[in-house]
Amino acid sequence: MNIVLNEPLSQISLLFVSAAMGLLAVALLMFAFQLARLKDDPTESRFERYGFWVLGAGTLVLGIGVFLRGVAAQRVPWANMYEFAISGALMILTIYLISLRVKDVRYVATFVTGFALVTIFAAVSLFYVEVKTLMPALQSYWLVIHVVVAIMATGFFAIAAGFHIFYLIKAAGVGRALMDRFPDLRQLERVAYRFNMVGFVAWSFTLIAGAIWAERAWHRYWGWDTKEVWTFIIWVVYAGYLHAMATRGWTGKRAAVLGLIGFGAVIFNFTIVNLFFKGLHVYSGL
Amino acid sequence: MASSSRFSPIFWGRWFWRQLTSMRTALFLLLLLALAAIPGSLYPQRSADPNGVRLYFDQQPEIAALLDSLQLFDVYTSIWFSAIYILLFVSLVGCVLPRTQVHLNALRAKPVETPQKLERMPAYVTAAAKGDQLDRAEQVLRSRGFRVRRLDDSVSAEKGYLKETGNLVFHYSLVLLLIAVGLGGGFSFSGQRVLVEGDTFVNNLASYDAFSPGPLFFENELQPFSMTLEDFEVVYDLRNPANLGQPVDFIANVTLDDGLTNSNSDIRVNFPLEAPGANVFLTGNGFAPVITLYDGVGNIAFSGPVVFLPQDSNMTSLGVIKAPDASPEQIGIIAFFYPTAQELESGAYASIYPDPIDPLLTMNVYLGDLGLDAGIPRNVYALDITDLDLIAGRDGPNPPIELRVGETAELPGGAGFISFDGLKRFASLDVAYNPGGLWIMVFAFIALVAIVFSLSVRRRRVWVRQLAGKIEYAALARGDDDGLEELIVDLRKEIEGD
Repeated sequence: MNIVLNEPLSQISLLFVSAAMGLLAVALLMFAFQLARLKDDPTESRFERYGFWVLGAGTLVLGIGVFLRGVAAQRVPWANMYEFAISGALMILTIYLISLRVKDVRYVATFVTGFALVTIFAAVSLFYVEVKTLMPALQSYWLVIHVVVAIMATGFFAIAAGFHIFYLIKAAGVGRALMDRFPDLRQLERVAYRFNMVGFVAWSFTLIAGAIWAERAWHRYWGWDTKEVWTFIIWVVYAGYLHAMATRGWTGKRAAVLGLIGFGAVIFNFTIVNLFFKGLHVYSGL
Repeated sequence: MASSSRFSPIFWGRWFWRQLTSMRTALFLLLLLALAAIPGSLYPQRSADPNGVRLYFDQQPEIAALLDSLQLFDVYTSIWFSAIYILLFVSLVGCVLPRTQVHLNALRAKPVETPQKLERMPAYVTAAAKGDQLDRAEQVLRSRGFRVRRLDDSVSAEKGYLKETGNLVFHYSLVLLLIAVGLGGGFSFSGQRVLVEGDTFVNNLASYDAFSPGPLFFENELQPFSMTLEDFEVVYDLRNPANLGQPVDFIANVTLDDGLTNSNSDIRVNFPLEAPGANVFLTGNGFAPVITLYDGVGNIAFSGPVVFLPQDSNMTSLGVIKAPDASPEQIGIIAFFYPTAQELESGAYASIYPDPIDPLLTMNVYLGDLGLDAGIPRNVYALDITDLDLIAGRDGPNPPIELRVGETAELPGGAGFISFDGLKRFASLDVAYNPGGLWIMVFAFIALVAIVFSLSVRRRRVWVRQLAGKIEYAALARGDDDGLEELIVDLRKEIEGD
């Protein structure tokens, strides 16, 4: 173990991350303008176009920041809360930008950009820690597999949550003039379902990978550690959501609410459980 | 049935079973399970955090007793939590079994007859026929993986059986996984043992400091082997100022003897040792100063390494030495060990670095009856000083004994001599075996693959009918499917060849 940490480089990485925050804020403004104009003019797309260019640039700059953090620490950049948060934001934005090529998911641009922005802001202002050596329990290739898939699942759940929110707004009949420009409820529900589906599979994998790692590191595959409990709860809630989508009378609003509860549990697991609950997964570094 | 009264037990039995196995109940039980799991993260659990439970009882005994009566310290083995997941699994089996029968029948059956009114299907197009196109339709559908049935004036096709197969396999895998968890836990065991460098552990029940067997454990599960801790090394980060003193690796070098061969290997965190019939994990470490104690008449009253329990991240450690055979009086010692000692202004010491750069032992020495002869089991890591006389210590008549490696000191009042002969490290090792693990992993991965098929495959029926110069295309899906229109359009293109 001859790792030399590079805190100055980490500071440069922090600069990039902060710059990305600025770009995301600009993108968010553009998307907001777009929504405001869309109400009156369905052909409006200038702001949106610029917004996606800025969002792309912000993602790239964030990517450089995350990469430099990894170089500074000489390992994968997701071993404490600050790093989870910036890697998570990068993952959400990347998944979102790729999804744009597959499905029309422009409508949640404000939500996704806003969410990534808040995540990075929390990371930089609350969670920042200087680069540290990895404790022995984390020195495992499972850190790469288990965590990266968990972050990925979170990304998919987050985008789905955006669709759930717009679904509920539209279903409630609020802001008709604007919401009429959005796809119909069926379509919103469908896209949310697709993202949650991928998220659920990824989350299941994280759970299994975590159990395998726990067996190596803590000599039991499952011990109801607080983080394990919440991983389980999230899995069960999303399993409930998938069942709801196949149960008469439970699709639509109820399923959307379940999906949001699931995502709320994901956020709770990352913030409250990490910071305030006692457990073995005490890697916040704070 | 006319004979069965509305209120007969059979009626209610059936009613109850129908309710239990309905999707709505499954959904309800799932959400209930998620809710019921929450308290286990709010209150300390005996399984994960026994110290937390003890602390809770110390601090709030009344609330703790109340919580305990509700099994809130054992949520995941509690009656209510078990009731929920057992009901959930009964509901699951009750739902999946009949569906299996239906699915097996569907797998054997031919696609359904073409319905009369195709135009009522969610996806439907019609066109003018150009010659006989049903043969071509049959061919195209087959090449797309449909199961095809040729009827007089139409073709009926279906694909996506894998969706239901995946769904059923997923649920069966979960049942098998639960069984593997139960049986695996039953036959499992885990035992703890503290080993000082140079010590040997022989794998039998008597050798463990603590042993927790599953309910189905039998002693023959312990396979014969012995293990010697040759050397224990802690690697500290010495290069990065922000991390000085941070351990980056713990390495326990052991020799394993299984009766036939000797092998030497390292146990590290994340890298357990595979011993016969169990894995050996490294779970803790600390210092074991080697101490020799001579009593007042010059006999050796105690000799050997003493396991000191670490108290902080700089490895300030606390140890207890009991010498019941010392004469004229029994000797008890509470000792602190500082790997790198620094004197504070108060005159007390603190350790400022976890590696032994300047190790120091300080000792409070007591004389009197240690209470070991009464036959009551005593904690070896604690000394009850209520009936003892302090002869050397910070609040005693004489200052505490301070020793560095190789030094010897005289105890006050001719009680004897004590020497600090050397320093060893110890490792806490866990020997654990759970035969369920492999099976759980297998079923979990089968479930994972199955759920991917269940969620991604689309079950679709397609009909092509040619009648009176007109050709009709129709499609129906199980569940929500936004690709039906596209499918029909594609099919039509391919069949009509334009």
